Amino acid sequence: MKRLVYFLPLALALAGIGLFFLYMQQINQGKDIQALDSARVGKPIPEFSIASLKDKDRMLVQSDLKGKAGLLNVWATWCPSCRVEHPYLIKIATEFGVPVYGLNYKDERVAAITWLDKLGDPYTFNIYDEDGRLGFDLGVYGAPETFIFDKNGIIHMRHVGVVDERVWKEKIKPLIDKLNAG
Amino acid sequence: MRKAVQIFAWILFLAISQGVTAVVETYDFATDEQQGQYLYLTETLRCPKCQNQNISDSNAPIAQDLRREVHRLVSEGQSNDQIVEFMVDRFGDFVMYKPRLDMTTALLWFGPLLLGVAGIAAVVQLARKSRQGGVATDSAEPTALTDVERSKLKKMLKD
Repeated sequence: MKRLVYFLPLALALAGIGLFFLYMQQINQGKDIQALDSARVGKPIPEFSIASLKDKDRMLVQSDLKGKAGLLNVWATWCPSCRVEHPYLIKIATEFGVPVYGLNYKDERVAAITWLDKLGDPYTFNIYDEDGRLGFDLGVYGAPETFIFDKNGIIHMRHVGVVDERVWKEKIKPLIDKLNAG
Repeated sequence: MRKAVQIFAWILFLAISQGVTAVVETYDFATDEQQGQYLYLTETLRCPKCQNQNISDSNAPIAQDLRREVHRLVSEGQSNDQIVEFMVDRFGDFVMYKPRLDMTTALLWFGPLLLGVAGIAAVVQLARKSRQGGVATDSAEPTALTDVERSKLKKMLKD
């Protein structure tokens, strides 16, 4: 019985190797190891008053996002992955009927409007966050990022990276359904 | 030889110039304390994008934003704790290079200490065991002397 103690280091080493392979498997399945948990989950979208992208004179505020569970998508024309997810955002907004709002992050107004004219516009409206102040308050550290919030404007999830069919089906849709039911 | 010196000089030049260009913007402060505070904070806050750099070391746009906010908050006279709290509120615990002590980080803080104590305990235990074993064999030897050996020893001592 006492001899078993001598096998303890070996057992610990094997357990470590096992954990390593489990982790590798998660990475292979598309887990982004650099993605951070958002500190804003469970908190409301921060207060803001920022002009709309398409209409300079229209000031958008936090309460404009309230009323229905939806997506706040952080994007910019300098962000290649944003182009990748763009068609799927259109699908979410038009086919699935879930409101998608845009946070145009550190971008140029003309370039952003041209992009929307060319590729289609899934957004109910776009907040033109030129210097990234609202992005900063949201803890945005890159683009694309997508926040999912409920009808009261409380953030329930942040997804870092491209929103595609898999992310929509596995992460976002179940949450939206839950928020709409509750 | 000359060429080698030249190449070395170039490498040195490139290495130095890169260090200088790492951070582009400069900030003015009202007092030296505030400047010290800024330097301390930008070295202890971690860049959320380039995850192995602090924000004074990184040229990522988000690191610039963090530096700008640190400068603003320092100039407003906020304390280190307040400023760190402000950042954690937005970017999570990740922005702190030195993790806070709570339930989730307790193992991180005390794990090494625990391992150290366990190691010392193991060594002490082993040492004690081997000493006991050693004493046992020592004490066994005198009784192993036979009568013949004993008379031999007497003879030797007499001579």
